[in-house]
Amino acid sequence: MKIPSNILTMLAGILLTLVSIWYGKNHGLMPVQASSDAALVDGLFDTMMIISTAIFLLVWGVLIICLLKFRRQPGDETDGPAIEGNIPLEIVWTAIPVVIVLVLGVYSFDVYNSMGGFDPDAAGDPGVQVAMASEDGTAMSLMDAAPKKAHHNHMALGIGASPQNIGSPPDLTVNVLGMQYAWIYTYPDLGITTGELHVPANKNVRLNLKSQDVIHAFWLPEFRIKQDTIPGMESELRFTPTRVGDYPIVCAELCGAYHGGMASRLYVQAPEDYDKWVQEQMPAPESDSQTAADLEKLMAAPTGEKRSDADYLVPVAHQMGLDAQTLDHLHHTMPMPSDALKQVSANLATPAA
Amino acid sequence: MTTQAEMQIAPSAHAHAERKWWHYFTFCEDHKVIGLQYLVTAFFFYAIGGALATAIRTELATPASDFVTPDTYNSLLTLHGTIMIFLWIIPAGAGLANYLIPLMIGARDMAFPKMNAMAFWMVPPSGIALVLSFFLESPQAGWTSYPPLSLMTGKVGEGIWIFSLLVAGTSSILGAINFLVTILKMRVPSMTIHQMPLFCWSMLATAGLILVGTPVLAGALILLAFDLLAGTSFFNPTGGGDPIVYQHMFWFYSHPAVYIMVLPLFGAISEILPVHARKPIFGYKAIAYSSLVISFLGLIVWAHHMFTSGTPAWLRMFFMITTMIIAVPTGIKVFGWLATIWGGKISFNSAMLFAMGFIAVFVIGGITGVMLAAVPFDIHVHDTYFVVAHLHYVLFGGSVFGIYAAIYHWFPKMTGRMVNETLGQIHFVLTFIGMNLTFMPMHELGLLGMNRRIAFYDARFTTLNQVATVGAYILAVSTVPFLINAVWSWVKGAKAVDNPWNALTLEWQTSSPPAIENFEVLPVLMTGPYDYGEHHSENGALPPSAEPVLTGSSSGS
Amino acid sequence: MQGTVDPNKAALNYHNEEVVAPAHEEHPDLRLFGLLVFLGAESMIFLGLFVAYLTFRAVYPSWPPEGTPERELVLPAINTVILIASSFIIHNADTAIKKNDVKGLRTWFSITAIMGAVFLMGQLYEYSKLEFGLTTNLYASTFYVLTGFHGLHVFLGVCLILAVLWRAQKAGHYSDHDHFGVEAAELYWHFVDVVWIVLFILLYLL
Repeated sequence: MKIPSNILTMLAGILLTLVSIWYGKNHGLMPVQASSDAALVDGLFDTMMIISTAIFLLVWGVLIICLLKFRRQPGDETDGPAIEGNIPLEIVWTAIPVVIVLVLGVYSFDVYNSMGGFDPDAAGDPGVQVAMASEDGTAMSLMDAAPKKAHHNHMALGIGASPQNIGSPPDLTVNVLGMQYAWIYTYPDLGITTGELHVPANKNVRLNLKSQDVIHAFWLPEFRIKQDTIPGMESELRFTPTRVGDYPIVCAELCGAYHGGMASRLYVQAPEDYDKWVQEQMPAPESDSQTAADLEKLMAAPTGEKRSDADYLVPVAHQMGLDAQTLDHLHHTMPMPSDALKQVSANLATPAA
Repeated sequence: MTTQAEMQIAPSAHAHAERKWWHYFTFCEDHKVIGLQYLVTAFFFYAIGGALATAIRTELATPASDFVTPDTYNSLLTLHGTIMIFLWIIPAGAGLANYLIPLMIGARDMAFPKMNAMAFWMVPPSGIALVLSFFLESPQAGWTSYPPLSLMTGKVGEGIWIFSLLVAGTSSILGAINFLVTILKMRVPSMTIHQMPLFCWSMLATAGLILVGTPVLAGALILLAFDLLAGTSFFNPTGGGDPIVYQHMFWFYSHPAVYIMVLPLFGAISEILPVHARKPIFGYKAIAYSSLVISFLGLIVWAHHMFTSGTPAWLRMFFMITTMIIAVPTGIKVFGWLATIWGGKISFNSAMLFAMGFIAVFVIGGITGVMLAAVPFDIHVHDTYFVVAHLHYVLFGGSVFGIYAAIYHWFPKMTGRMVNETLGQIHFVLTFIGMNLTFMPMHELGLLGMNRRIAFYDARFTTLNQVATVGAYILAVSTVPFLINAVWSWVKGAKAVDNPWNALTLEWQTSSPPAIENFEVLPVLMTGPYDYGEHHSENGALPPSAEPVLTGSSSGS
Repeated sequence: MQGTVDPNKAALNYHNEEVVAPAHEEHPDLRLFGLLVFLGAESMIFLGLFVAYLTFRAVYPSWPPEGTPERELVLPAINTVILIASSFIIHNADTAIKKNDVKGLRTWFSITAIMGAVFLMGQLYEYSKLEFGLTTNLYASTFYVLTGFHGLHVFLGVCLILAVLWRAQKAGHYSDHDHFGVEAAELYWHFVDVVWIVLFILLYLL
């Protein structure tokens, strides 16, 4: 029995569509979704994966059919048919991509808007710096080290409040300072300075991003958000974590030799756990002698495998306004006790290696 | 069936002079010598860049930083990127253009032969300086060299890097002037612009991009050099400068640079497919003009490299739309190529395999390119291995496959000898497998959270990285059959006839290799460049679009 | 069949047999077109630098930044007049050579070269009087780099003019139908002039 070729084509088309949709929904390529933004981005990605799979199968299918079917037979010196074009067909394969990209453009626009990309207040508002400087001494000295943004009037950068949150302040604001090769988090309302980021679940969080030296990029893969921290400029990321857990924080912009080690962790905690953590972190009254002793101890640490990120902060600790406690904290809690860090340290100790 | 051109009978003055091997090491003004000089030099740097890539993948075989120090790792990736772009793909494209343009349009040489030779001889010093910087104090800020990092790591190396790029850029500009003027003004009089081979169209688009983009990069580099060496602070925030301005100027060139690297090969593919499929190119004008459209759109998409950087929301949206639209002219080309080979009588020789391989892998890079244009998605994957995968699918799957296809296709013309098909096909299979094995896993790595340009990484990414490393080793091995084939065939291969593929474009209507001034007498067009097909040969008639254009008295002046 | 020459078709070519021109010098002189393309590329460098300048200017709340010493406007204005005038002067040379007047060419080119030299001197004098240095602030840096880069082009232009003058010593080197060098030097000079006008507006008047 001979099956008419147009039915075969139709069957192939249906099969291609089904396979594409199935793969677009089941690719499993993304990490877990830890915020509602992540779900939005993944929806966009899944759609693009469906279209991509279809195009991929179409092109590779044609190539494979050519490979199998349109071989020149040995001894056949004649040419193929002299088809020089087909205007309707060309219009079709111009129009379909136009429609696809326009749809994707509108969809992306919508997702970006829902994430808060168009928040007019993002980063730019001048009140931020003043507020945080007056509320927390540590933060002030930290931020002083960073170049003032005073003379620049750049436009808003980053992801701001989502449309339903515009106008309402975030539940929690954290200042993030990037430096080679660490992130320092300051909670201006609480007076906490720390090397790991803790936020309560289901609260709207705003991160004010700054850099002290070179360009870094603050990336939360499980939240699908990223923003460069540019020295001399401010940017922000605003998000609502929805899933308790701990997640990597990655520096995504080449920032020097130990760029790969510039990582820390984000702990999304249930409100009561978060409150407990805050209580533990509240700055205890400290004496200068203790600070000095700590510093001394750190400085005296043998150069060897025990050095960590905190150690290379030591020489600049004073000018950054970091107190010994913060350093100590970094020393113990920076989430880099991995082999990688040891390797960094070893290399640092023996540059010739 | 007729050939595209038939010769007039009158001897050329220099036609009988001989080309000696040592001419290839001199300041020679012959475009064919310069073309081969470019290609061989570029391949030499490709080998160096490939060695750097192998070192990078060796380092990444384990999560720890155990093969080289992190500083060295950054030098490796910086030099790998810079060498592959500025000393391999761009010069290789320039080499093909130099060799082919005058032959294809029936000219005896380029418009400005001396300037052409100057342009070539800028490449070796630029490249040698860059390679030597590795042993002095190598640049470590990536091929993008973003300040302020680039102002803080290795002043000497960074200075050399700027010098090398300025020299390579100047070379590129001089070459582009030659291509543009030659294509526009030196076609054989019987060739109208719509009878011009598609490779010339794509070089026209490329030359335009080089002329508009490269000077802006030069401007950025001059300012960067002042920051580095004279202590100004154009891009240095500590002195009140703005690093974002550098990014804009850099990408204003460096995004078009992607098209500078891939458009010549689009052209080459459009030449190769019809010849070996024995069918006319499908939609000549659509393919020709889509090159120009890509070239124009390519100039207004640069900030899609800066979606997570200092770009405000409205700018992100503008550049998202323009970037996505580039998919349309690119799609026109890809579908045109598929329709060209569909129903043909395809000879699966090395040139054709690489040309079809080009479509297969380039389309993946094109698809991920559209994905990356979508701002919300790009925010997630920017500066991750997803981008590394994408750019290698475009530049390796696109440009390098295209260059190999072009070399196999024009090898008989360039050397007068045939390549060894068995070695060529082994080369193709190894390259195709190696390429996909290396770069396919990187998509997933990037999506899962692995950032790029890191010497050590989270242990959960180990397996996929090891797959990529194995792929890279296969790629490294794949160049061996190619090298053996190229050298052996050049010296000992079977003699090639003038037109071994029975092709119609003008370069095949002269001897292999062509005489010093290309044609005994200037050819006159008899057919269009792609008039293959049973219809033409059965009737013996010329298609309406390709009636002989005899321009009488003006034809030789 | 393919690759062979069809005798019927080959016959078409015989129309042309007698008009086949000598092989290599056959294409028209494309150097001027090439120069135009080159100047197009060259202007992109300036365009890039100008846009960078305008961006710096836009990002700063006040420009020049507070505390930048005042600049004099008279000297640069005189310099501008000299440079614009020289563009008209050099055009006389072109008119002269088209009438085969080599002496006129030499006169007008000499005057242009002197005006160019005066411009450069004036520029250097202005530099020496300025109260800010290259690294004083962003404005100062852009000022020096832009004017310096342009000055380099003026210098090259003067060198081109001197080269033409040198060649013009030889009788018959330039004539009414063969004077690419003259045209090229003139075109380049006009280019330098136009760039200066934009530069002057950007740096001094805005």
